[in-house]
Amino acid sequence: MSDSELLNEGLAADAYPPDALGRFGEFGGRFVPETVMAALDELEAAIEDAFADPAFHEERALLARDFIGRPTPMYFAERLTEDIGGARIWLKREDLAHTGAHKINNALGQALIAKRLGKQRIVAETGAGQHGVATATICARFGLQAIVYMGEEDMRRQRPNVVRMRFLGAEVIPVTNGAGTLKDALNDAIRDWITNVETTHYLIGTAAGPHPYPYLVRRLQAVIGEESRAQMLDRTGQLPDAVVACVGGGSNAIGIFHPFRDDPVRLIGVEAGGDGGALHARTLSGGRVSILHGSRSFVLCDDDGQVVETHSISAGLDYPGVGPEHAALMTSGRAEYVGVSDEEALVAFDRLCRLEGIIPALETSHALVTAERLAKELGPDANIVVGLSGRGDKDVDQIAERRGHA
Amino acid sequence: MKIPRPSLAVYLMANEAAPELAEAAVRGGATVIELGIPYSDPLADGTTIQRAAQAALDAGITPARALELLAEINRRVDVPLVPMTYGAIVEGYGEEAFCRDAAAAGAEGLIVADIPPEESGRLRAAAEAVNIDLIHLVSPTSRPERIRAAAEASRGFVYLVAAVGVTGARENLDSRVAELLTTTRTAAGDTPILGGFGVSTRAHVAGLIAAGTDGAIVGSAAIDAIDAGGAEALEALVRDLAAGLES
Repeated sequence: MSDSELLNEGLAADAYPPDALGRFGEFGGRFVPETVMAALDELEAAIEDAFADPAFHEERALLARDFIGRPTPMYFAERLTEDIGGARIWLKREDLAHTGAHKINNALGQALIAKRLGKQRIVAETGAGQHGVATATICARFGLQAIVYMGEEDMRRQRPNVVRMRFLGAEVIPVTNGAGTLKDALNDAIRDWITNVETTHYLIGTAAGPHPYPYLVRRLQAVIGEESRAQMLDRTGQLPDAVVACVGGGSNAIGIFHPFRDDPVRLIGVEAGGDGGALHARTLSGGRVSILHGSRSFVLCDDDGQVVETHSISAGLDYPGVGPEHAALMTSGRAEYVGVSDEEALVAFDRLCRLEGIIPALETSHALVTAERLAKELGPDANIVVGLSGRGDKDVDQIAERRGHA
Repeated sequence: MKIPRPSLAVYLMANEAAPELAEAAVRGGATVIELGIPYSDPLADGTTIQRAAQAALDAGITPARALELLAEINRRVDVPLVPMTYGAIVEGYGEEAFCRDAAAAGAEGLIVADIPPEESGRLRAAAEAVNIDLIHLVSPTSRPERIRAAAEASRGFVYLVAAVGVTGARENLDSRVAELLTTTRTAAGDTPILGGFGVSTRAHVAGLIAAGTDGAIVGSAAIDAIDAGGAEALEALVRDLAAGLES
């Protein structure tokens, strides 16, 4: 397949759509104030219109190739594989996409749809800053106004990305509510959208939010899995035994998982285990069914439904919600979800840096831990694909500070 | 639920002062009391109500305690009581248990800001079983078919959102209120229509009445008044706003 055929396949991947109310099984839907319901209907219509229009696919394919740098490589991590001494570990290099993470795939697609809607003002939330940078980048490219909400705590720990967003012309608005992390940034981005809904597109960065966002983000990120599947067949002549990806809201994981849904391939999502005890962000493995940010899914909340504080060393995974399709994949048993602690993630971070010359994002480092464990378990005949969702340049100050050699 | 025409609904956050504040509001002329049950992530609310909700949570107000406060308000005032909250709270409590306990505490209506008519099936059944009127919102951005569905599904009154955005006091209400009201009126039949979001002055109330609504809902401005001068300031504000009903 050519690059653009691959990309279009990802975009057109329509198996397992949500139902008429936007639900994946019992999860998803639209739980938002009435004022934005019309905008969601309008967005849904614009998405269908865009996906049916060859011009949309052409423009997106061209920019995916020349601006983002797709397809991203499938890299065989030879020295890591040797060191772990088990299955062959392959890295899907989304860290090599423009801006350094998979987030740009979604930002590009949504910006093209916002243009079709005639909306010049874009609001977004960001945790680690990767989605904020992707949004700022795409808005610069298309001449759109970018307003990015970011928690104060995240602005501190992911400062390089704040600087990048400002260089790109975005307005970064600090969010001081709550713990000043991703959840609070989503709240304020959504409130901005409710207030300015007639002129503004909300460019959500993850596979969560009210319908049609989870489905849209999955369709725009499915290119990761489509490429991975074709690359593994090409390189090894077979499908991988397992695909492993980190899960905060879950956009990178749903994108790489989706094209493997009908294959005999284990799909493993890795959540942030925080300190390994009570402080964590293991929404799927430790939460309960509730409503957050416009959809029904698993949520880290108390018995009353109040959302609780989460903790992760990784700002991008530090979120008490998760995309509804992951909730459906877990409850149906199609995908597995595990937790990995801050300390474990840091060990895997170091190993990839030193053995492969790749500095992974802290989010991604969580997936590496699980991949290494699984490699030992499956043995040398197996192949494991890790969604290397982003690069860790943004994390170097935070890690250095933690280790006392800032 | 029967509310007088015209009506002035006053929103209070559930906290230990709420019963006393409800009495002050009714003395000032409130004909309906809405009691906010605090939620950690209130997406439809602006900064005033967000802060009030966080303060209530910090003070240990649970949904169960909020319903006890509702019962205390019911003992002190003789106007319809309407809890207002979010889907996570109602579902956390359990829809049936919530409606049953709210009804026992004296609730006659219920507003859940993030549960639209199409997602309200289970909640509606639970509310109807205990004679609680489920109230839906219509907004200037709503398409006619959604306005009709929400207005037809609403019991007690229809909540007409008079300003696009989150809750919070504003200078001007939306210019499309009159048009929204026409569509809403046709579908609502005899059900009263109250305008809210942004209502903070007597002129707003008078404007809503002149446009043809059956009254107004005041929330953030009431909380601002309480913050500035307690029950006395609330009573004075409500009296001033209520004067707008007669214009």
